[in-house]
Amino acid sequence: MNDTLANTEKKTAYILTLPAVLLVFSIILFPIFANIWISFKEVELKDIRIPEPRAKKIVKSISDEPTKIKILYKLRNSSLIQEIRDVSFQDNFPKNFEIENLDPRCSYEKYNLKCEFGNWPAKYRENFQVIFQTNDGSKIDKKNLKTIKPKLDGKSDNILLNTKFTLKNFKKVLFENEFIDLLLTTFYYTFFGTVGSIVFGILTAQMVNQKFYGRTFMRSVLLFPYVAPVVALAYTWELLLDPNSGTLNSLLLNYQIIETPINLLGQKYIEISILGFDFKLRLALTTVIMFEIWRYFPLAFLFILARLQAIPKELYEAADVDGASPFQKFFNITLPQITAVISILFMIRFIWNFNKFEDVFLLTGGASGTRTLPINVYQQGFAISDIGMGSAVSIVIVVLLLMFMFFYFKLLGKRVDEN
Amino acid sequence: MRTKNTILFSLISTFFLIFLISIWKILATLQGLSINSFNIEIIFIFGLLISLAHLGIGDRIKSIYKSIIFSSIFVFCDGYLIQKLPIWYNVGVFLILYFFINKISKYTFIGLKEEHSTQVILFDFLTLFGILFFSFVILFPFYMMLVTSFKTQIALLVNPLDFSINFGQDIKGLFKSYFVIFKSYKFGKYIAISTIVSVGTVIITLLFAIPAAYAVARLNFFGKTFLSTSILIIYMFPAIVLVIPLYTIFSQLGLRNSIEGLLIVYTATTLPVAIYMLQGYFKSIPKELEEAAILDKLSWFGIITKIIIPLSIPAISSVALYVFMIAWNEFLFSLMFLDNPNSFTLSRAIQYLSGDAETPRQYLMAGSVVVTLPVLFIFVYFEKYLVSGLTAGSVKG
Repeated sequence: MNDTLANTEKKTAYILTLPAVLLVFSIILFPIFANIWISFKEVELKDIRIPEPRAKKIVKSISDEPTKIKILYKLRNSSLIQEIRDVSFQDNFPKNFEIENLDPRCSYEKYNLKCEFGNWPAKYRENFQVIFQTNDGSKIDKKNLKTIKPKLDGKSDNILLNTKFTLKNFKKVLFENEFIDLLLTTFYYTFFGTVGSIVFGILTAQMVNQKFYGRTFMRSVLLFPYVAPVVALAYTWELLLDPNSGTLNSLLLNYQIIETPINLLGQKYIEISILGFDFKLRLALTTVIMFEIWRYFPLAFLFILARLQAIPKELYEAADVDGASPFQKFFNITLPQITAVISILFMIRFIWNFNKFEDVFLLTGGASGTRTLPINVYQQGFAISDIGMGSAVSIVIVVLLLMFMFFYFKLLGKRVDEN
Repeated sequence: MRTKNTILFSLISTFFLIFLISIWKILATLQGLSINSFNIEIIFIFGLLISLAHLGIGDRIKSIYKSIIFSSIFVFCDGYLIQKLPIWYNVGVFLILYFFINKISKYTFIGLKEEHSTQVILFDFLTLFGILFFSFVILFPFYMMLVTSFKTQIALLVNPLDFSINFGQDIKGLFKSYFVIFKSYKFGKYIAISTIVSVGTVIITLLFAIPAAYAVARLNFFGKTFLSTSILIIYMFPAIVLVIPLYTIFSQLGLRNSIEGLLIVYTATTLPVAIYMLQGYFKSIPKELEEAAILDKLSWFGIITKIIIPLSIPAISSVALYVFMIAWNEFLFSLMFLDNPNSFTLSRAIQYLSGDAETPRQYLMAGSVVVTLPVLFIFVYFEKYLVSGLTAGSVKG
C-alpha cells in the first residue's frame, strides 16, 4: 500500500517537473553542448541557413483565349553555396483543368501536378512553365489560382551536422588576436568592477543602516540604476560624457577645470602624473568600469544591508560600554559579520562581470581598449561572421570561469577549515 | 586634544559646506545661470569662520537667530558682492546654510572634549555626505534623461548646460520628441511587443515554475537533490555562451525575428530562479493543510490551485514582478534574434535608433524615458515585493 503511494508521488513529481526541466534542458543545457560542437567546426554565418528550394508562381492569361492560362514558376535554390538533392514539386489546380504540355519530369493526376527535379546545384535557377486549358470552356479565375501555393521539398547537407572537425578556431583564439591583451582587459574590467561595486555597497549599506529622515526613499533611489533598463542608462551616460556637447565636459570647461574636452569613452590612454611619476591610465576602460560599478553596486548594497540589519544590537551596545570608537566598531564588529556575504557577492559579481556584454557593447562597442571576451564572442561571431570562432571564444570563457570557481572554492574551503 | 578636535571639526564641516554649495552651483548652472567658478577659497574661509563662530558663541544667542544671521551674511557675500545672482539662487543658498548650521548646532566645545569625538563627527558627516553624494550621482543621469527629452535640438547645441524647460510653450511643443517617436518611429508598436513578450514570459514562467517548485518543495522523488542544486548552477550560466548556438538553432528553425522565439528563451532563462524562489516559499507553508486536502481526495492539481496558490500570492507576485523586469529590460537576446524592425522590443528599438548618427539625442532620450518609466514605476510601487525578489534572485546580473 505504502509502496504504491510512493510510486504515485514519484509519478506526480515527474509530471510536475518535466515541462520545466525539458524547456531548461533544450534552451540552456543543449546549447552549451552545441557550443562545444560548433567550436570545433569551420562555420560561417552564411553557412547556417538551410538551403531551400523556392518557387515564385506567376499567372499569365493568354490573349484571345480566355479558357487557357499560362503559369510560370520561377524556381531557384536559395543557397549560394550548397546544392539541394532530390527536389520534389507539387501544386494543386481546380477540378476543370487539363494540362497541355507535360514536362517529362512531371506527372499530372487528379488535378495535382507533381514533378521530380533531381539535384539543384548552388545558385540554380530555372523558369518552369505550364499551360492549362479548362475542359468545360469556362473562364479562369486568376486570383484563385494565385492563392494556391506550390509545395517544394529537397534534401541538403546541414553543415552543422557533418563530422568534419578542426582545431583551427582554438589555435586562432589562443595564439592570435592579441589573446593576452583581451584576457587582461577582461580581468581588469571584472576585478575592478567587482571590487568597486562591493566597496560602494558597503559604504551605502552602512549609510542607510543609520537612522535619518527619508531613509526608505533613499533605499529605493539607490536601487534605481540596478532596475532600470541598461539601454536607457548606457545612452544617457554616453550623452553625459560626450566630448562635443556632453554635460560633464561642458561643466568642467565652464568651471575651467579642464581646457580641452576629454573623450572619456573614446580615448584609450590618458597620461597622468602623480608625485612626479608619469603613467598611462586606460581611460575608456576606466569609464566603462565606473559605469559597471554605478549600475551594480545596488546589488551589493541590498545584500550587505540585509546582513547588517541582522547583526544583533547587543554587540554594539557591549562595544559602547567598552568605549569603542565608531571606526573600531566598524572594523571589529561590522566587517567580520559581513565577510561571508562579501565573499559570496565577490563570486557572483565576478562571474557575472566576466560575462557582461551589454554594458560595454552599448557604451563603446568594444572600441578604444574595452574589448572584453564577451564582446569578442559577438565580434567574431557576428561582425566577422565566423560562428566557429565565436563559439571557440565562448568555450574559452566557460573554461576560465570553471577554473576561477574551482580555485575560489578551494581557497574558501581552506579558510573555512582554518576557522 | 580640544584644539585638535576643534580644528578637525571646523575642517570637516567646512568641506561639507563646500560640497553642498558646489552641488547647488552645478544645479544652478544647469538652469542657465552663468556661474564660472565655485569660489572654493572664499567658501572655505566662510565655512571655517562660521563653524568657529558657532563654537565660540555657543548658547549665548538662540540658535535660530544665529542661523539666520550667518546665512544672511553668507548669502549677501556670495550672491551679491561676488556675483549678482537671481533671488531663487540666493534663497537656495540661504536654505542650505540654514540646514548646515542646524546640522552643526549639536556640536559644542564641551562635546568636543569627549573621547572619539572626531571619529563621531567624521562618521556623522560622512553619512550626510554619502546621502547627498549618492543621491546626486544616481539621480543626475535620470534627471538628464528626462530633461533632454523635453529640449529641442537647437537649444541643446547652443548651450548644452541649459537644462531649464520652457513650460510657457504649448503641450505639443513640450512633448514634441514623444509625438515624433510614437508617430515616425512606431514606438507604440514596440511598447506593445515589449509588453506582450514580458507579460507572456511571466505567465509561461509561472505555469511551468509553480508545479515544478511544488514538486521540489514537497514530493519525494529520485533526482530531487540533483534537480534543486542544478537549478542555481544553471542559473549562473552566462547568457553570452548560449547566444551563438541558440542563434544557429533558431535560424534553422525559423524562430528568429519572432515573439515566440523570445518567449521561449526568456522563459527558459528565468525558470530556474523562479523555481528557486517559489520552492523556498512553498516549504514554509504548513504541511497539515495539504494532508487535510489529500484526505478530501484532492488531486495534485487541486492542491496546487486551491491551497498552494492562494497561500503564496506574495511570493508569486514577487516572482512575477521580478521576471517581468528581467524580460522588459533584456537586451542581449533581443539584439541577437531580432533584426527586422517589425518585431523589435523597446530596448532593441532604442539601440537601432541610436545606430543612426542622424537621430537627434532628444528622441533617443524620449525613447529611454519611455522604456525606463514603467520599470521605475513598478519598482517604486511594489518595492516591498520586488526587494525580496531581488535578494533571492540576485544572482542574475
